Amino acid sequence: MTEVVLERLVLVSPYIGQAKWASAALKEQIGLGLSAPGRAISNRRARVIWAGQRSWLVAAEVKLEGLAAVTDQSDAWASLRIEGAGVEDVLARLVPIDLRASTFKGGHTARTMLAHMNVAITRVGAQAFEVMAMRSMAGTLVHDLQAAAAQVTARG
Amino acid sequence: MRITCPNCGERDRREFYYQGDAVALARPASDAGPQAWDDYLHNRENPAGDTQDLWFHEAGCGAWIVVSRNTVTHAIDSTTLAATVKR
Repeated sequence: MTEVVLERLVLVSPYIGQAKWASAALKEQIGLGLSAPGRAISNRRARVIWAGQRSWLVAAEVKLEGLAAVTDQSDAWASLRIEGAGVEDVLARLVPIDLRASTFKGGHTARTMLAHMNVAITRVGAQAFEVMAMRSMAGTLVHDLQAAAAQVTARG
Repeated sequence: MRITCPNCGERDRREFYYQGDAVALARPASDAGPQAWDDYLHNRENPAGDTQDLWFHEAGCGAWIVVSRNTVTHAIDSTTLAATVKR
């Protein structure tokens, strides 16, 4: 389990009817457009993570005046990477959706719950996930993941 | 109970918040008169059968969803994003 530091994170919510243009402008600025619902995309410079109804989290500096509402959320999210052989079993104890590789593939992302917290979960590798939660929940997030991991280990 | 969110797919009921009848999407005109506004604000059908509700995908994508369901069989026929419902 390691912390993922997102230096700059903004929430992009395109104005009604502007999503196409916002996506094009984004593509010009960071090389990535807006991803489809439930998908996260990245390149060397930036990341675009679908974050819900008409909203995306973008890890980059962007300018979208007139196209989208852009809110700085750099300090609002705590993000951590969890990886290892039993990672799906650990998350299965806390998350109500099916995160197995057969349904939740690389680049898939979901807004869902972990224990009772609202989180964004993205698969970043065959045995690796990134979990984002509100920063005030960071301690609880780590605690719950550690407790679940201990239980999975105890079962052997 | 599971609800299919148009954005997220089939999700557990605990991710959703129930608002009530989808009549909220049919707001009367401001000059519609007191009877129409009284109906809109206070009067609801209580059907044994098909009904339309608004649900909020609170612990998910944050979308408002119009759910068509049957109060007798508990079957859910369809779900659509409230944002795409024509007003």
